[in-house]
Amino acid sequence: MHEMSITRTLLETVRQEMEKADIKTLRSVRIRVGELTAVEPEALRFCFEASVKGTPFEGASLEIEEPPLKGGCLTCGLVFGTTLFERTCPGCGDSSVEIAGGNELDIVSMEGV
Amino acid sequence: MHEILIEEKILARNDEIAAQNRKALSERGVYAINIVSAPGAGKTSLIEKMAAELKALGMGFAVVEGDLEGDLDSKRIERHGIPALQITTGRACHLDAHQVSHSLPWVFEQSGIELLVIENVGNMVCPAEYDLGEEMTVMVMSAAEGDDKPLKYPAIFSASEALVINKTDLAPHTDFDIGKARLNALKVNPNLKIFETSCRTGAGIGEWARYLAGVVRHDK
Repeated sequence: MHEMSITRTLLETVRQEMEKADIKTLRSVRIRVGELTAVEPEALRFCFEASVKGTPFEGASLEIEEPPLKGGCLTCGLVFGTTLFERTCPGCGDSSVEIAGGNELDIVSMEGV
Repeated sequence: MHEILIEEKILARNDEIAAQNRKALSERGVYAINIVSAPGAGKTSLIEKMAAELKALGMGFAVVEGDLEGDLDSKRIERHGIPALQITTGRACHLDAHQVSHSLPWVFEQSGIELLVIENVGNMVCPAEYDLGEEMTVMVMSAAEGDDKPLKYPAIFSASEALVINKTDLAPHTDFDIGKARLNALKVNPNLKIFETSCRTGAGIGEWARYLAGVVRHDK
């Protein structure tokens, strides 16, 4: 289960940003976990809650955006919602399609006072 | 209330160290591969069998072994005259770029090394997210598993460049359909190079080793 080590890395970034901006209390953290990542949002939420207990982050909420998998056609440039197993562009019918979204694992923003 | 925009990858630090590893390896002419699989698919056996083939091709290589505990695997590799270093990850289910960076000074001490084989912890989920600084990720699946594995663990198949289907000698005794496994893998990742091997009979090992050696030497 690597959600714990991802949570630790996430909180380390948050700690550095809080220090830089002189924020004392963390209210929320917004992250992006794409459909194709090997990361389970619910497990991440569980790890986050367990990790913030008794720390300056306690009480902060974790907001997770879950961008769906997208294909990008290399021939006509169309970007479209897809599944991993569908490789045909709905625009031009070509099958040279690359992954154009859904593999994000990003920290977007945070709020605090 | 302050809102701070951050917009960076959560694993940005790992990716940075991986990029440093990649640069250090490339400067010394070492090509690195990251071998991933479920536990028991035959990663270590594949490396042992590759050893003779790569030796015959005059290709020097070293192995970094990731496991939760112990040095059983590095001892197995050393028996073939291949330098091997064990990294124990403790409770962690994957290797990360930082752990690999600590092994590089050892790698660079070995003489005549063109290839570094990093054997990841047996796990089909977590290693998909951690770049180590390799040039190629090699997925190993075995005929003792289901031929639908690629559809159930798409992230790791999607992150790999090559797929070795191992234990093909067992296929006649199981419901594993090699044709279906290939189709499923290509559905998830149409660019995968697929090889079939049996570490027991030696079938396919030569073809795989020659392909790998070709890529290592072409890349320089």
